[in-house]
Amino acid sequence: MESVLLAIVLAPLIGSVIAGLFRNQIGRAGAHWVTILGVATSCALSFWVLYQFVFEDAPVYNQSVYTWMVVDGLRMEIGFLIDSLTAMMMAVVTFVSLMVHIYTIGYMAHEEGYQRFFSYIALFTFSMLMLVMANNFLQLFFGWEAVGLVSYLLIGFYFKRESAIFANLKAFLVNRVGDFGFILGIAAVAMYFGTLDYAETFARAPEHAATTVNVWGDQHWSLMTLITMLLFIGAMGKSAQIPLQVWLPDSMEGPTPISALIHAATMVTAGIFMVARMSPLYEMSETALSFVMIIGATTAFFMGLIGIVQNDIKRVIAYSTLSQLGYMVAALGASAYAAGLFHLMTHAFFKALLFLAAGSVIIGMHHDQDMRHMGGLRKYMPITHWTLLIGTLALIGFPGFAGFFSKDAIIEAVHHSQIFGSGYAHWLLVAGVFVTALYSFRLYFMVFHGEGPRKFESHHEAHDEEGGAEASVHHEVPDEPVPHESPKVVTVPLMLLAIPSIFVGYFTIGPMLFGDYFDGVISVAAVHDTLGEIDFHGAFGFMLHGLTGIPIYLAAGGFLVAWYIYTRRPILATEIATRFDWAYWILDRKYGFDDLYQWLFARGSQLLGKGLWQAGDRVLIDGIAVNGSAQSVGWLASVMRFLQTGYLYHYAFAMIIGLLGLLTWFVIV
Amino acid sequence: MTAEWPILSTVIWLPIIGGALVLASGDKAPNVSRWLALWVSILTFLLSIPLYTGFDASTAQMQFVENLPWIPTFDVNYHLGIDGISMPLILLTTFITILVIIAGWEVIQYKPSQYMAAFLIMEGVMVGVFSALDAMLFYVFWEAMLIPMFLIIGVWGGPRRVYATIKFFLYTFLGSVFMLVALIYMYFKSGSMEILAFHDLKLGMTEQVLIFLAFLLAFAVKVPMWPVHTWLPDAHVEAPTGGSVILAAIMLKIGGYGFLRFSLPITPDASQTLDWLIIAMSLIAVVYIGFVALVQQDMKKLIAYSSIAHMGFVTLGFFIVFRILANPAADGGAVLGVQGGMVQMVSHGFISAALFLCVGVLYDRLHSREIKDYGGVVNVMPWFALFMVFFAMSNAGLPGTSGFVGEFMVILASFRADFWFAFLAATTLILGAAYTLWMVKRVVFGPVTSEGVAALQDINAREALVLTSLAVAVLILGLWPAPLINVMDASIGNLVQHIGISKL
Repeated sequence: MESVLLAIVLAPLIGSVIAGLFRNQIGRAGAHWVTILGVATSCALSFWVLYQFVFEDAPVYNQSVYTWMVVDGLRMEIGFLIDSLTAMMMAVVTFVSLMVHIYTIGYMAHEEGYQRFFSYIALFTFSMLMLVMANNFLQLFFGWEAVGLVSYLLIGFYFKRESAIFANLKAFLVNRVGDFGFILGIAAVAMYFGTLDYAETFARAPEHAATTVNVWGDQHWSLMTLITMLLFIGAMGKSAQIPLQVWLPDSMEGPTPISALIHAATMVTAGIFMVARMSPLYEMSETALSFVMIIGATTAFFMGLIGIVQNDIKRVIAYSTLSQLGYMVAALGASAYAAGLFHLMTHAFFKALLFLAAGSVIIGMHHDQDMRHMGGLRKYMPITHWTLLIGTLALIGFPGFAGFFSKDAIIEAVHHSQIFGSGYAHWLLVAGVFVTALYSFRLYFMVFHGEGPRKFESHHEAHDEEGGAEASVHHEVPDEPVPHESPKVVTVPLMLLAIPSIFVGYFTIGPMLFGDYFDGVISVAAVHDTLGEIDFHGAFGFMLHGLTGIPIYLAAGGFLVAWYIYTRRPILATEIATRFDWAYWILDRKYGFDDLYQWLFARGSQLLGKGLWQAGDRVLIDGIAVNGSAQSVGWLASVMRFLQTGYLYHYAFAMIIGLLGLLTWFVIV
Repeated sequence: MTAEWPILSTVIWLPIIGGALVLASGDKAPNVSRWLALWVSILTFLLSIPLYTGFDASTAQMQFVENLPWIPTFDVNYHLGIDGISMPLILLTTFITILVIIAGWEVIQYKPSQYMAAFLIMEGVMVGVFSALDAMLFYVFWEAMLIPMFLIIGVWGGPRRVYATIKFFLYTFLGSVFMLVALIYMYFKSGSMEILAFHDLKLGMTEQVLIFLAFLLAFAVKVPMWPVHTWLPDAHVEAPTGGSVILAAIMLKIGGYGFLRFSLPITPDASQTLDWLIIAMSLIAVVYIGFVALVQQDMKKLIAYSSIAHMGFVTLGFFIVFRILANPAADGGAVLGVQGGMVQMVSHGFISAALFLCVGVLYDRLHSREIKDYGGVVNVMPWFALFMVFFAMSNAGLPGTSGFVGEFMVILASFRADFWFAFLAATTLILGAAYTLWMVKRVVFGPVTSEGVAALQDINAREALVLTSLAVAVLILGLWPAPLINVMDASIGNLVQHIGISKL
């Protein structure tokens, strides 16, 4: 088993190193073959591992590979924990990664830095696998930061573009804010449990259920609340939850394939994975669970709203990703970890599909991303149209599609939750269904329906607008003005992703949510068992039950509104935006988070730095203390020099004065 | 244990004698001096390897000991020996010196033989500092170290080199004079100049506090700790690349080493009483200097400030020991902090060296250290950009690189002392990334900003060799720090045990 696991992890790494360091020797084709070979190996073996867990009831594998260090009785290791949760994640990560690798051959066909791109995405696959396969916090943090590194490199892939290198720095720093909490959480685990190993941590956690720590003044906090909240801050960074969500929309500066792989399907779900992995800890703090649920639900609804006013096709999907991540996080807060993971899986497929289909549209539009320039594309790009429609239906939760099962399960679970904030969360999540359908079908109708590509003939001018973000790197102006369907390397991954987007929910909801698939991996306290309260009589029954709930009608409502506005009365959208310009303004400014952070942190820390440097280092230390003492030595010397005139009568005079002084002293005393 | 072959003396005197030979070879045939210097440094490095391979990690005793009478009247001996604390630093010294010699190969055209000789002599003296077990011998090496560095900055430095050298010299000399007073006091008290005898010397609280403060002045200036750090940015900016590398990679470590060899074991009670002072200075170094580094316009100044912030972790790791020992909930962790500080020293040796070399590569081509003169370097120097981003990430403490290991250990340890220590220390995750990556963004990424940048040539084989060596070291230490931890474990465990016992 160990050699298989090592092969899974190392195959993409080797591919990445070869493609990166020998990019000139192996050429473009060599780079994509070597990385695809690595990731395909990894994918095939991951499915074998998954098969072992699903059909063969394989035992949990928990072994260390090597000892990183042992210090002060604290053993830090690199090792693998393979259970049903890991196996599921490995399969999802490697499958989506493989699809993205293949797709990239077409998408990046005319780009500079082709080898570099393949090297990065293979390195990403390695890092993500290290993250999900870890059996301890150290390796988790390694993977956590390594995916952040690759994300940084890939958002800044077009490094000549100012917006791209701004976005990647922003992404890295915002993630570091999350990691700041995360590392403190790990420090707390190391201190109180004396280990960084998951299994040992979970075993020792119950001993500390009542432990309190004194952090500030006389306030005593529950240790478990402290640890889980700190760890969750890390998840908020990585999974882009309010208020650390600001980096994800900007990450769309990266090429579309990585938006699909990293910023939709895998990396951003690392936070969800981590919390689910830590379920034994989270179950011990209801405060943390409430916090998680409220943050998730807030993100789900309010980020979805922003999606309605975006015109860049990738940004709409990015806000949709934020919103869907919010759903997953809310599920975790309701202790429905399995539902969160289930949505993670279905979302990985349909969101990767949506992004890749959007990428296909972008290729067809000659790298114009502004939806206002699109329209009527279904005639020109049939495969892209149908696959994107499938992805959209899965996203809004059309009965029978993957997203339907996972989203309904989350809403039901939050409905059954009794902890603080569950009522608030439930209504936001339900309302979010309407929003999701609205922005999804707004995108669909704006891109594929209506009059043929609007302003297509003038799209070259669009390069100067924000929508043409990727345009500047494409120098060649295509001859044909008509959009055309993308090549097979692009459409085949779309079709392969469309299959699980339809079916994966129907076939896996039983075992994953209501069966024994996650037994022994996820632990849920009896009082929090929200999934257990749902009556489940097979996937079909679940579907029928869904038809009696509110969400499905809200989704239909969202669809109808989008359909009416964007196919029947296009002018209505503008009228509404003008009528409610204050609301539009708030959404367009993204609630002011970016402006606030830019002003408070980016500007503020520079001002603080300048102030400390000038006032502290320059004036106080160097000016007064250092050069000041040098000057006072100089001043003293000049005074002394004044005394040492060299004239005998000066000295004699001084002696007489001194003598007189002494005499006076003796006489008086 | 006495080694049959005096390895330590060889590693000290071979480069010094070699340096004298290089000096004698003159500048008529610069290539002869260069090759001679290179071979001397390589040979020294090879000879220092047995210090690692022959090292007995199971004991805290001094090893490879050499003890000869030197000034019998005052009972001063030529006493050398190393333990797990000094050995890694000696290897770091011999390793970095080779790279400095190679890095200065074609770059230094003005008096190359003297330049090479200065670094070789410097190497021997620094190894002497790390291996001296006699306080007088230590002090002689300690002061001798200033001379080559003074010359390196003064002769091959930038336009404000005179101000920088004077500042550097006065700062460090002021500190060390107080140390000398403390050493002489202890000599009269114990009748011996043996450092290990000082460790066992009973001292009263007032004496301890005064001695502690004297040492603090000497070591805090060297490290350098806030607020006696302002000589460092000036010295770095004016120093030639090689000088900056040695300064950052090794000379700063001597301050940290001094805390472990002198302050903590000789004055444990004063250290405990005044630990708040050092902890406060360390945390200020991490946070305050982090912000100051953010706004630097000069790349070398930025890295210099970053060095101060990173060295803050070293002193923090060393002095949280008492709080951890006093915290009943901590359950160990004192060794973790000291170990973390040591790892941070070694790692910072690699990373700061690499970053200064990267700036040197740019400076050699464009003769500017100003961030604004660059931009879009990646377009013309892709291989250089790879190294620069890699070392920047290491500086930001990315796991998998050595920069992470020490910071991680110190954060873990400081959490056991006090939540807020860890909280402030962990801000480096954000600040370190901010100042390093913002510099990278402005220098490396973006479109080509000037004709000067457009004409840049990518690194040559010599530069690639130097940077690759450091990258490999950074990666190995980051991916598998156990070998380093293991050699230090016994010595640091012994140290922590020793300082836990009051001398009063």
